Amino acid sequence: MENLIALLVAAPLLGAAVLLCGGRRLDRAGHWLGTLLAAASFVIGAVLFFDMLGRGAEERELHQHLFSWVPVEGFQADIAFQLDQLSMTFVLLITGVGTLIHVYSIGYMEHDERRRRFFGYLNLFLSAMLLLVLADNYLLLYFGWEGVGLASYLLIGFWQHKPSAATAAKKAFLVNRVGDMGLSIAIMLMFTTFGTFTFGPVLAATGETSEGMLTAIGLMLLLAACGKSAQVPLQSWLGDAMEGPTPVSALIHAATMVTAGVYLITRSGAIFNAAPDAQLAVVVVGAVTLLFGAIVGCAKDDIKKALAGSTMSQIGYMILAAGLGPIGYAFAIMHLVTHGFFKAGLFLGAGSVMHGMNDEVDMRKYGGLRKYMPVTFVTFGLGYLAIIGFPGLSGFWSKDKIIEAAFAKGGTEGWILGAVTLLGAGITAYYMTRVMIMTFFGEKRWQPAPDPDKAPSAEPGVEVHPGEMPHPHESPRSMTIPMILLAFGSVFAGGLFSLNSAFVNWLKPVTEFEHGHPPISAGAVTASTVVVLLIGVGIAYAQYGRRPVPVVAPRGSLLTRAARRDLLQDDFNHIVLVRGGEHLTRSLVYMDHTLVDGVVNGTAASVGGLSGRLRRLQNGFARSYAVSMFGGTAVLIAATLLMRGV
Amino acid sequence: MNPVNYLYLAALLFTIGAAGVLIRRNAIVVFMCVELMLNACNLALVAFSRMHGNLDGQIIAFFTMVVAAAEVVVGLAIIVSLFRSRHSASVDDASLMKL
Repeated sequence: MENLIALLVAAPLLGAAVLLCGGRRLDRAGHWLGTLLAAASFVIGAVLFFDMLGRGAEERELHQHLFSWVPVEGFQADIAFQLDQLSMTFVLLITGVGTLIHVYSIGYMEHDERRRRFFGYLNLFLSAMLLLVLADNYLLLYFGWEGVGLASYLLIGFWQHKPSAATAAKKAFLVNRVGDMGLSIAIMLMFTTFGTFTFGPVLAATGETSEGMLTAIGLMLLLAACGKSAQVPLQSWLGDAMEGPTPVSALIHAATMVTAGVYLITRSGAIFNAAPDAQLAVVVVGAVTLLFGAIVGCAKDDIKKALAGSTMSQIGYMILAAGLGPIGYAFAIMHLVTHGFFKAGLFLGAGSVMHGMNDEVDMRKYGGLRKYMPVTFVTFGLGYLAIIGFPGLSGFWSKDKIIEAAFAKGGTEGWILGAVTLLGAGITAYYMTRVMIMTFFGEKRWQPAPDPDKAPSAEPGVEVHPGEMPHPHESPRSMTIPMILLAFGSVFAGGLFSLNSAFVNWLKPVTEFEHGHPPISAGAVTASTVVVLLIGVGIAYAQYGRRPVPVVAPRGSLLTRAARRDLLQDDFNHIVLVRGGEHLTRSLVYMDHTLVDGVVNGTAASVGGLSGRLRRLQNGFARSYAVSMFGGTAVLIAATLLMRGV
Repeated sequence: MNPVNYLYLAALLFTIGAAGVLIRRNAIVVFMCVELMLNACNLALVAFSRMHGNLDGQIIAFFTMVVAAAEVVVGLAIIVSLFRSRHSASVDDASLMKL
């Protein structure tokens, strides 16, 4: 059975290779090939899953050693895979949701002449992400980690004819590099400390290592997680990444990429458990991002950017849960999976809306779409109910558990974290209701299509006639079926996972699990969650449902304006990092010009000047030579006498 | 007579010779001053030889005389050819070796 693991990675990799190298003759069938190979990977994953279920909880871990990558004495880097319950969960999520997004893309990218290439990149993305979660050592994980970075760069910048897309891709890549630096430093520290970077030995040896070193490794891993998972302070790339085609956003936000950070922290749980300071940092990052993303989500009028803020916030929940230790790991992963379903559904729904509305993304120009796009409305609506944590739907089960675990952290910390997660739930309810009302309810605020010369259409193949009113229509079946399937996941996954604590028991052998004991009863937590949720929905309804929505955004309060600018993240980066970097380089250039060049040029000038003076001695007059000869002799004699005297 | 007096004389002669080399411009005079210095050295060598009761100094003085004779031959020849080409015996006129 374990020989199948490599095939999980190999299938989409083969697809990427064939599609990217195959050339134009594959244009007609390329998307089918890509989808087929993604589905094949899912089928292999499912086979392995059922095989795993057939074995006892302690015998479920499988290993496959493919070959030795760098077989050197004292440094063993292997291409080897480890499939345990945690990897299995990710494999099913990545391949399952990934395949649905492939199917959706067939319809969504139909008019794009570079569709084959798009599917090649999608396959590359899946393959890199699978490598990341299946690796049995940190070095191979790093390989997959970089692969994910590359694929995201290619996909975010897929419409590279738009300067904004090209810039967004570069931004995502560069910000991610900062995090990657953290991961590579963590791996180096691991190697010097443990002498290996295979998961088993490293995580088993945390007991005998000094806490300071573990804290350092933990903080570096957290930096890495911040980069990939778009957590404060490395969150700025996520909003701009919306420049990519919508299926890419769904893939990045639901199945791949941003989940990598949560995986990394959960996988390295043993390190964080032994380093409370690093764990505290994780919790703080999670809590800050949770509120940051939620506030940004409230102010955005661009439907995709509002959803991006929401992703940031939900990933904040997961990171926070992962920072709580054994009481939170399982819930972090559970929320990750349920979030994978409803966020993918929401993004695909948003793509469907854009598809019907001439690629308009401004929600202020939507309105009243529920009659025109019933399937999108229902699936998006179910995703909406799931993400706000409506009782009974997926998001409710996973988010409620995280809030409970936050309270169970204990002490003042527990109360603060609990309050933050509750507040986050309220804001989530507010901004998602806002998205829902502005898009599907209220009166029509549709605008005629803009002049393509002034504002070029996002998709090259779509015909947009200037001045034409949009004709919203339901999307083709290849797009609606994935949305329907994801809606099923959004509704039922959480409940299924919580049945007899199935999900927690499943992950327990890998991540450990302790029951948290919140200071207030679980029922009270649930009740307050629901109350906060209703308040959020109520405020949004009062603001957007009862009154007409202005087509041009009002000026808004100071906070609103800051949130529209992503809470000034780019301004902060610009002032602190870009300007700071400029000043640093300028002062270094100044140092180079004055100090380094000064020494070099000064030496040359003084040698030149001295030789100019020495040259004068050679004047051709025999008598002056004689003087120097006499003088020299006199000095020599005097020196000899002096030396002898001493 | 005290041999040290010869040393004083040798020093005096050497100083006169050195001053002549440095001050005078005429090549012949400079040349003669050089000879004077050589002979001052010879005198000192002989005086030391006498003081220490050792013949080595006197032998070296003979060598010096031979070398000086050879030098005179070559030196005078150079001065004559210099005078022929420049119509001057001044050492300062022959300053072609400067940069």
